[in-house]
Amino acid sequence: MNGVHDMGGMDGFGKVEPEPNEPMFHQEWESRVLAMVRAMGAAGAFNIDASRFYRESLPPHVYLSSSYYKKWLLGLEDLLLARGYVAPEDVAAGHAVAPAKSLKHGKFSVADVERVMVRGKFGRTAPAAAKFKPGERVRAKNIHPATHTRLPRYVRGHVGVVERDHGCHVFPDTAANDAGEHPQWLYTVVFDGRELWGPDTDPTIKVSIDAFEPYLEPA
Amino acid sequence: MELRVRALESILSEKGYFEPAALDAIVQAYETKIGPHNGARVVAKAWSDPAFKQALLDDASKAVGTLGHVSRVGDHLVAVENTPNRHNMVVCTLCSCYPWEMLGLPPVWYKAAPYRSRAVKDPRGVLADFGVSLPTQTEIRVWDSTAETRFLVLPMRPAGTEGWSEEQLAELVTRDSMIGTGFPKTPGAPS
Repeated sequence: MNGVHDMGGMDGFGKVEPEPNEPMFHQEWESRVLAMVRAMGAAGAFNIDASRFYRESLPPHVYLSSSYYKKWLLGLEDLLLARGYVAPEDVAAGHAVAPAKSLKHGKFSVADVERVMVRGKFGRTAPAAAKFKPGERVRAKNIHPATHTRLPRYVRGHVGVVERDHGCHVFPDTAANDAGEHPQWLYTVVFDGRELWGPDTDPTIKVSIDAFEPYLEPA
Repeated sequence: MELRVRALESILSEKGYFEPAALDAIVQAYETKIGPHNGARVVAKAWSDPAFKQALLDDASKAVGTLGHVSRVGDHLVAVENTPNRHNMVVCTLCSCYPWEMLGLPPVWYKAAPYRSRAVKDPRGVLADFGVSLPTQTEIRVWDSTAETRFLVLPMRPAGTEGWSEEQLAELVTRDSMIGTGFPKTPGAPS
């Protein structure tokens, strides 16, 4: 979706302001939100792509004015309500009132914690041969899916070069909607800064994205 | 916010979706097990051991997996090497993808709009915000983390560190030097 989360190349957000000696969490509730997202995801309520999609789907003014963990909380609430793990009457009461919905992987327990501390595996067996090889020129398609995608707007329509092939990975565009993994070849594609931002751009700049094969066409 | 978070946690735990103690254990694991010290050990090892460095650049997940003392790393880690001619910098314009196992949880600036919007269009301007400047002819390569691949920058080894142990070298490796928004510390400089 063409949301405000897709920020590459936007102007007006000001300077980057690193915080010296930044704490891991600024408030205790942030750590609970992080842990709830991790636990509910690992228990099978949603995958990482769906959780990203729900954060992207927050109203633009909410997305832009909320802290990182506030976005996580709001996205989590919306996702759990949409999928029936939480009912509106639970929220109104502030306690569990409606019956629970069973989780794909069961209750998340202390024994599961070590598992969530290692990243999931997203590589899958290739269903077909790769269409592109390193060194080939490709164009990022001019597409505008209304649902989740990992093709940023700033590369659409532009030509780059395939640099690496990462094998086949879960396709976020379908996985986010619970429409299956549909593994796709994944490539690092490099764009010249002038191709993306115009001829006056600093010629030393190169930008790459990791692009799933359906995002690309020969150029 | 705090009340709202507490209410959600009550609802979910009353429904039996998780053990509250499991949330405590997750938070504790983030607070104690992950952090830039993991990445720093990997970088120091690569500076000291040419065979490891090559293995890291070939397949970082596999190479890091051979180091027992570093936390377990997931698949799809990619290490990218800074050279005198090329400087690498990592961003996630769409959200906040970051190599957690190597660097810990990302800092607020990495997840915020100014960095995410400008890193791909004006990386030299972003570096200036960090007080970093590079020669005008140095290629700047920005890696936008748009998939489940995760990027770790292998910074250049500082001069004046000949004969240093891996432990000494690791002390010089900063978090920002592994994101590409900073350099390692200079030996002997006041910290």
